[in-house]
Amino acid sequence: MKFTVDWLKNHLDTKFNNNQIIDKLTNIGLEVESFESSASELDTFIVAKIINAKTHPNADRLKLCDVDIGSDKTIEVVCGAPNAKNGLLTVYAPPGSIIPKNQIKLSVSKIRGATSYGMLCSEAELLLSNESDGIIELKNNKYANKIGEKYFKNNSEKVIDLSITPNRPDCLGVRGIARDLSAAGAGKLKINKKSNLKYRGNQNINVTIKKEKIQGCTIFGSCLIKGVINKESPKWLKDKIKSLGQKPISAIVDITNYVMFDLNRPLHAYDADKIDNEIIVRSSSTGESFEALDNKKYILENDMCVISDRSGVLGLGGIIGGTRSGTEYLTKNILLESAYFLPRSIRKTSKQLNIDTDAKFRFERGVDPLSIEEGLIKASELIKQICGGEISNLDVKKIENYKKIIINFDPLLFEKTTGFKVENKELIKILEKLGFNVFKNKKILKLVVPSWRPDITQSIDIVEEIVRIKGYEHINTSEPIKTRLKPTLNYYQKLFHFLQRSVASKGYLETVTWSFTDSKINQLFKENDEEIPIVNPISSDLNVLRNSIFPNLLFYLKKNLDRGFKDISLFEIGPAFKGKNPGDQLTAIGAVRAGKVSRLSWNDKERIVDTFDAKKDVIQSLCEAGINKDEIIIDDKTPSYYHPGKSGGVYQNKNEKKALAYFGEIHPNIIKKLDIKTEGLVIFEICLDNIKVSKQKIKDFKSEYKYSDFQKSERDFAFIINKNLKSQELVNIIKSVNKKLIKSVKVFDVFEGENIPEGKKSIAVNVTIQSEEKTLNENDLDNINKLIISSVESESGAKIRS
Amino acid sequence: MSDIIKLKDDYIDKLNTENNIDKVNKIKAELFGKNGIISNEFKKLVSISVEERKKLASDLNNIKDELQNKISIKIQEIETKEINLKLEKEKIDVTLPERDIEIGKIHPVSQVIDEISSIFSEIGFSVEEGPDVENEYNNFTALNTPDNHPARDMHDTFYLDNNKELLLRTHTSPVQVRTMLKGKPPFKIIAPGRTYRSDSDQTHAPMFHQVEGLHIDKNINMGHLKGCLNYFIKEFFEVDKIKMRFRPSHFPFTEPSAEVDIGYEIKNGKIVIGEGNKWLEILGCGMVHPNVLKNVKVNPSKYQGYAFGIGIDRLGMLKYGINDLRAFFETDYRWLSHFGFDPLDVPSNYRGLSR
Repeated sequence: MKFTVDWLKNHLDTKFNNNQIIDKLTNIGLEVESFESSASELDTFIVAKIINAKTHPNADRLKLCDVDIGSDKTIEVVCGAPNAKNGLLTVYAPPGSIIPKNQIKLSVSKIRGATSYGMLCSEAELLLSNESDGIIELKNNKYANKIGEKYFKNNSEKVIDLSITPNRPDCLGVRGIARDLSAAGAGKLKINKKSNLKYRGNQNINVTIKKEKIQGCTIFGSCLIKGVINKESPKWLKDKIKSLGQKPISAIVDITNYVMFDLNRPLHAYDADKIDNEIIVRSSSTGESFEALDNKKYILENDMCVISDRSGVLGLGGIIGGTRSGTEYLTKNILLESAYFLPRSIRKTSKQLNIDTDAKFRFERGVDPLSIEEGLIKASELIKQICGGEISNLDVKKIENYKKIIINFDPLLFEKTTGFKVENKELIKILEKLGFNVFKNKKILKLVVPSWRPDITQSIDIVEEIVRIKGYEHINTSEPIKTRLKPTLNYYQKLFHFLQRSVASKGYLETVTWSFTDSKINQLFKENDEEIPIVNPISSDLNVLRNSIFPNLLFYLKKNLDRGFKDISLFEIGPAFKGKNPGDQLTAIGAVRAGKVSRLSWNDKERIVDTFDAKKDVIQSLCEAGINKDEIIIDDKTPSYYHPGKSGGVYQNKNEKKALAYFGEIHPNIIKKLDIKTEGLVIFEICLDNIKVSKQKIKDFKSEYKYSDFQKSERDFAFIINKNLKSQELVNIIKSVNKKLIKSVKVFDVFEGENIPEGKKSIAVNVTIQSEEKTLNENDLDNINKLIISSVESESGAKIRS
Repeated sequence: MSDIIKLKDDYIDKLNTENNIDKVNKIKAELFGKNGIISNEFKKLVSISVEERKKLASDLNNIKDELQNKISIKIQEIETKEINLKLEKEKIDVTLPERDIEIGKIHPVSQVIDEISSIFSEIGFSVEEGPDVENEYNNFTALNTPDNHPARDMHDTFYLDNNKELLLRTHTSPVQVRTMLKGKPPFKIIAPGRTYRSDSDQTHAPMFHQVEGLHIDKNINMGHLKGCLNYFIKEFFEVDKIKMRFRPSHFPFTEPSAEVDIGYEIKNGKIVIGEGNKWLEILGCGMVHPNVLKNVKVNPSKYQGYAFGIGIDRLGMLKYGINDLRAFFETDYRWLSHFGFDPLDVPSNYRGLSR
């Protein structure tokens, strides 16, 4: 909402200066966005200096100028002026500027192969003189310090721009703003002068508000003004319209706009001679159409509130008028409309047709239903004053009467809510100045809500009115209450934070990517999940919710590889979506690692990252988060986006059906499809939801401390086993030979090929054997060795290598 | 005797110039071996008179001590020299690079969420979460923003179905609704998380982060709201003083509502929070609207309290001098390395929020 201080003073007697007014507005909830001269087309022209002018490589008469326009970088401009030379101060117009002489809008252009960002101007082009032979030469002493500043002074009056919250339609008119200021002690609201308008004759165009199932209009007021001479608006009116950032059109249109911004009372003027007999306010039927004042043709649907005559639709009530009945300079007789449209109806129609107008903006928030006559009178007076003419009696048709809203307000609620007290006397004064009628009834105040405040319906609204006008600075600052109702984080939240930092500590950079992604990439990772399209995506490549964290991670991995990074470790922790209902989401960690380990190391041999790097990172992170490594089970079933032979799933223990994590190489087809160019790429993922809650705290599961000082022995074994047998099974067989004595089993060599039969492999393990009761003698050890060999051979079909 | 002294002097001279450990050991054997010169001299003592023996033995002992002493010093000297020489040869260039350090980082958004949680934990808040996909009721209607309310225009919403029933939450406020529906007052929670609006330019991203706060009890008033936020802002920006301004505003789900500005100034091109006379809007808040309480089955005549919503990304930008919001979500390796935090930097009260 824009207005000038002068305009405000039409409604407010105030001794406040501009700054005080600005502060006060903000303090009562009418946030000042800006207070500056209204933008002018000439604002873009700035003082500039040619740093370097060299001849255009493809045109002798043109120059390429590096121009200092007061920003970090110079701008390149192609210039044909003979006087363009190094050090010259002149006027620069950036792309987008409109050249006053020919009204041409500049754009970035290529002139004989060189790109020109804007233009250096001659006096003629700026309409300063007829001098067009060269660019303006500005005097050094006056302009040397002004590079980058506006060349033309903007003399227009400063405009206050308010950001009005949607609950305050009354402040979409200057008078409403003045009323709020007066309640806050910034002056006195001027009393409207009684009109001494003389009416002649009746409004003889019949108006009917049709009874409909859905009728968006409840009041339609109008008057006829006959014999006007429409013209350009006088200067004061033009200035007001310009200060709103709008273009003056004609006196009639400007006056209706002016009244709208003055009183928040939208009006519409019809050329009365173009109305076919009568006005019918009714609901539209599908397929009806009309051409609106924005020169677009709208095809209507059912139940839109239209103003029509016998020939059809004239306009959309409260939203936009039509060209058929629009006023022109030649218009002689006007029908002026001042109506009330229901916010719900306005909003629905404008959404369906995608129209936004100042009138629509106001009606959908709520216009004062009792301002019908006031609007007609104010506009008629101005029309008569500027364009002449005779005004008919006012005709107001209604299908509903305005019902007063009454609130019984207990002043104690104010103190209870805000924590401080305002005396009843002051409280009543504030409310009365805001337009409430206040009746005291013992301790309760009976309040009649002003008709222009559709936002006020209950007691809490009154609390807000008082505290806002009184000022939020009166609210005390109480010390925070430190009482705790429950622990800050629950188990999964702790796990989230722990795993996040655990993975990062393995050298991965955490990233945060969109929750949505490109369906084409998502499809490669979605497995059996349903695709979840966004109806109105921000762009076509962010059109579905991600079913997995990997689509975005791999997309950005590629971007970083393309930037020239080779060794990249990235991870994200966040949601992956499994369905489109609230809660159909998992919390997952996705991590990617590309490139080499020990690249260009002077002392270590470099190698490509492999599955066991990912496995180490994932297992270590899980162990750090409290998963028991001894119970973890690995298998080789993984989602289809993994390399089928080089990936694994991690289970918390042998009873769990759902994998906690997966790790491995990504499927080569996906790498190819995404065109990822890297030497090696491994990934892992952890599904936090699949980690079983531990009810125990560390203090509960630390078991008794036991250790053995008896001598331990190590024995190495090499077995030839089937290639398909997993090392994990071999280790388990050995461990279960004697769980008490066998302390650890470590695989230290795996070998296939020479001397090993086809389809077999050799696995060498180191077994640590120690008793907690005695030192084992050779005999004991021999027995265990034999037992290990026989168990492995019988349970796995392996053969010990001799 | 004199020949022995001479012999001794010869050996001392020899030892003085000798640098080979083997030769020194050979000398040692020549002198003190089974048939060594000195050993033999001692053997001779048996055959002479007692008187002479005493004197000679004493002299011989002195010579023996002197030689032995010399030998052991020499051995040590040579050994030290050899060790030094060996160490000299073993010397490596310690300025050569260490094995690769793998430096991981925590994203600024995560760090700031941890900072915020740590601060609110101190004053008794616990963390709640809600789903990113919400239904229309929780995101709008329950929050006193009925359909056809113009306030809905302020939220450019992503929808998942054509009936506009399912959407991506436009703020973290639906967590209020969920929390209150599933529990009984009092409530004292914060809810950080992802939020979405179909808006994208230099200062807006289609996804961003908010933290919701809610404190409902019997006598919670606007003074407590002011106190809580004042405490939070001071702690978060790690400054002693904060200039803060509560300004009336409007949100459908709170009444009275306020926007909070903090004072700042630009010093040497950097933003300094808490001083200066410029104002920066950082959050919205207010007393929970009675309609919202009714919607979640809390009796507004018994319970009341405040709620607030803070933009997490924006707070992080202000605190850590990050200019571009969109860069948060673009996964540029350079940016993540630059603005990321060490994983060991866990914000906490006793260690301080940040280093």
